[in-house]
Amino acid sequence: MADLIIGVLAIAGALLVVLAGVGVLRFPDLYSRMHATTKATTLGIALIAVAAAIALGDGRDKLLLAVAFIVVTAPAGAHFIGRAAYRAEGIEIHLDGPDDLASLLDENPPPPGPVPPDIA
Amino acid sequence: MIVIALILLVVGGVCFLARVVAGPSLADRVIALDGLVITLVAATILYAVHDDSPRIVDLAVVVAVIGFVGTTAAARFIERRGG
Repeated sequence: MADLIIGVLAIAGALLVVLAGVGVLRFPDLYSRMHATTKATTLGIALIAVAAAIALGDGRDKLLLAVAFIVVTAPAGAHFIGRAAYRAEGIEIHLDGPDDLASLLDENPPPPGPVPPDIA
Repeated sequence: MIVIALILLVVGGVCFLARVVAGPSLADRVIALDGLVITLVAATILYAVHDDSPRIVDLAVVVAVIGFVGTTAAARFIERRGG
């Protein structure tokens, strides 16, 4: 019985990771791909970790640590990439409506700040 | 059934790898590599179950930390240099 539960949870989690992969492969632009990979893989990891916590008698604290870390950092990493891609030149963005962030940035341009060193 | 889940993870990893190769922008590649790192974490946890050795889970924690640091560094790089 426990083996069945472990197997079903592990396969469900792996299927979510596959779904994220298909989404990254098939979605048309950067933000859609980010949407697929961030959320689906987080839930997939959580399901796989639950399966492992049932299967392994030891090391549940480390599993909890790994899942908690990914739950905290996956949205943060996606936010960093999204902000960087919006500000960087040359990345195509498809929008259904008006670009509200662009008009906001036009009214309140970001402070100049220190000039980054040329690392190219 | 753990082996079936591991094979599924390979399929997902191949999808992410195809996006890394295809691009087209640097940010797309970073997103796909982030997904690949999370696939690797999942595979590591499943291998720990398959091998019945909980100490392999340590690897999963370390890979997750390194993946986040790499994504953040790449984001800074894209913001300064452009995609």
